[in-house]
Amino acid sequence: MNVVVCIKQVPDTAQVRIDPVTKNLVREGVQAVINPYDFYAIEEGLRLVEKHGGKVTVISMGPPQAEAALREAISLGCDEAVLLSDRAFAGSDTLATSYTLAAAIKKIKDFDVIICGKQAIDGDTAQVGPGIAAHLDIPQITYVRKIEGSEGNALVAQRTLEEGYEVVKAPLPCLITVVKEINKPRIPSLKGKMKAKKAEIIKWGAAHLDAESGRMGIAGSPTEVWKIYSPPPRAKGQIFEGNIEEAVDAVVEGLKDHLN
Amino acid sequence: MIDYLFTEEQQMIRDLCRQITDERIRPVAAELDRTGKFPRDVMKVMAQSDLFGIYIEEKYGGMGGGITEICIATEEFSRGCGGIAISYGASALGTYPIILFGNEEQKQKYLPLLARGEKLAAFGLTEPSAGSDASAMLTTAEKKGDKYILNGMKHFVTGGGEADLYIIIAMTDKSKGARGASLFIVEKGTPGFEFGKKEDKLGIRASSTTELIFNDCAIPQENLLAKEGMGFIAAMKTFDMSRPGIGAQAVGIAQGALDCAVKYARERKQFGKSISTFQGIQWMLADMATQIEAARALVYASAREIDAGKKDVGKDSAMAKLFASDVAMKVTTDAVQIFGGYGYMKEYPVEKFMRDAKITQIYEGTNQIQRNIIGLALIRETLK
Repeated sequence: MNVVVCIKQVPDTAQVRIDPVTKNLVREGVQAVINPYDFYAIEEGLRLVEKHGGKVTVISMGPPQAEAALREAISLGCDEAVLLSDRAFAGSDTLATSYTLAAAIKKIKDFDVIICGKQAIDGDTAQVGPGIAAHLDIPQITYVRKIEGSEGNALVAQRTLEEGYEVVKAPLPCLITVVKEINKPRIPSLKGKMKAKKAEIIKWGAAHLDAESGRMGIAGSPTEVWKIYSPPPRAKGQIFEGNIEEAVDAVVEGLKDHLN
Repeated sequence: MIDYLFTEEQQMIRDLCRQITDERIRPVAAELDRTGKFPRDVMKVMAQSDLFGIYIEEKYGGMGGGITEICIATEEFSRGCGGIAISYGASALGTYPIILFGNEEQKQKYLPLLARGEKLAAFGLTEPSAGSDASAMLTTAEKKGDKYILNGMKHFVTGGGEADLYIIIAMTDKSKGARGASLFIVEKGTPGFEFGKKEDKLGIRASSTTELIFNDCAIPQENLLAKEGMGFIAAMKTFDMSRPGIGAQAVGIAQGALDCAVKYARERKQFGKSISTFQGIQWMLADMATQIEAARALVYASAREIDAGKKDVGKDSAMAKLFASDVAMKVTTDAVQIFGGYGYMKEYPVEKFMRDAKITQIYEGTNQIQRNIIGLALIRETLK
C-alpha cells in the first residue's frame, strides 16, 4: 500500500502574536514547525505501510524553507519527500493549493491512500484535504479517528461526528483527513535524523506539473480576505443567586428583557 | 548555556533527548514519583530512538559515541526526571564493563542487544556491609568445572528486577582481599538468581532499586569478565568513567529546578510586584545559574578527556561528580526556597528535584569517597 501524506509548515502557534495595527499574524522571527495535525497523518501513513508494506511519500507546498518540515518527516520514517516550491504558487488559496497538490500527486501516480491532517493551525480552513480529493475525483473520508482496516480494495474508517462516529467504507484510492484521536505520533530515531540530514528532497516547480497556470497561485485563487480581526471578548456572564425558584424566575425575566 | 562545541551528531542527540523529555518524561514524572513504577514505556521510546546505542561502537550496532554522549542524554532526561534519567544511565553503567573488559565473544553476544535497548544492564557491587568499603564484600564465586557458583547478595542495585543483564562483582579468592574479586555477567532468569526487597526511596523513585540474591547460582565460565582477580580494578576503572554521568544527572536536576524557579519568580507577585524584580531573588537565581554552568563545564571537560582516551581520569571525574552533585543539592534547595511554602508542597514540581538531587551526593561513591580519590591523586602526583 503506497501512501502520500500532505503536510504544511506553519508558524509555531505557541509563539504567534497578532500585529495590533495590521491585525495580521506576525510571522517574522517565529519558528516554523510541521502543522501539529500533520504529525498524526504522518504517523498513520507509517503505520499503514508498516502493516501492509509499500512506501510513504510526504509532500508539501511552500517556500524553500519548507524543506525542513519534509526532512523532519523523513526522520520519522517517511521514504520520500517532494517539495512543491515556485513563485508561480505564491498567494495560493485553498482552491489553488489543493489543485496544485492534486497535480503533483497525479505525477506521483502510484498511490492508494492520501492522508492529510484535519486542518492547518494557521488558516484553520480544513479545505485542502477535501479539495485534493475533489480535484483527483476520488472518495474522501474526513475527520478519521480510526482506520478499522482494509476490505479487499477498500478502506474502512471511523469518521468523527459531533456526537459519536460513523463507519465509512471507501474504495481505494481514497483520501482521508485525520483527527488527533487517531494515534500517538512517534518520536524520531537518531538514525532517522541522520538519514533525514542526507536525504534527497525532490523539488518540483510549476513547469514539472501537468497543470494550468491560471489555476495556480494568485491567478487561481478566488478567495479574498476582507478583514482579519480578533473576535470581541465574550461578555461577562451573570450569576443568579438565591433559592432555585427565585433564581429561575430571575433568569426568565432576564431573558425576556434581553429579547425585548 | 555556554556553547560546549558539541558536534552536529551530539546536538542531534541533545535535541532528540529534549524532545523525549518534553513529550514523554515531564508528563509522567510526578505520577511515577508517586507510584514508584518503572518507566518501561519511556525506556522503549529511548530504545526506538537509538539512544541506548550512542555509547556503543558501530560494529556492535551502536552509533559510536562515548561518555560525552551519555552525559548529554542523561543531563537532558534529568531536567525532566532524575529517576527516569538514572534508569537510562544505570544501563550504561552495566554496559560499560562489557565495553571496557569484554572479550570479542562477549561483546558480540551482548552489545548489539544492549545497543538496541532490547536488554537493559545493571551493575551490582554494594552489599549491606560493603558500601564505601567495597573490598569487604561477602558474595563469593567458586569455580566448579566449567562453571562459577555464586552465593551471597547485593543490595541497592539500580535497575534491579528490571534489567536483563547484571554485572556482579564477587570474591573468587577471599584470601587475596581486593585482588581476589572478579566480575561476572549474570543473566536474569539464571536458576539460583532472584530479586529481593525493592527499596522505597526518598527520590529517583521512578528507578528501581532492589536486592539481588544468589543461591548456588551457576553461571558459565564464559561469563567471567576480564580475568579472575581483576574485578575490583575493573569496577574502579568503570566508575572512573561513569562518574561524569552522575555529574550530568546532577546538572540536569539542578537545571530543571532553576528553570522552574525562574518561571515561578516571574509569575509570583508579592508586595504588589513580581518577586523576580527583587534583588534578593535575582542574586539567588544568578548564583544558581553560575554554579550550574561551572558544574556543567567540569562534567563535559571530564567526559571529553575520557573519550579522548586519557589515562588517569579518576581525579578529574571525581571532581566532576563531587562538584556537580553538591551544586545540585544547593541549587534545588534554593529553588524550593524561592517557591516558598508552595515549594514544600508536592503539588509543585520543585520539591521532587530536591529529593532527587540528594542521591547524587551518595551513589557511585559518596562525595567523601570522591574527596579521598582526589586527595590521594594529589599526593601521588607529588611523588612522581
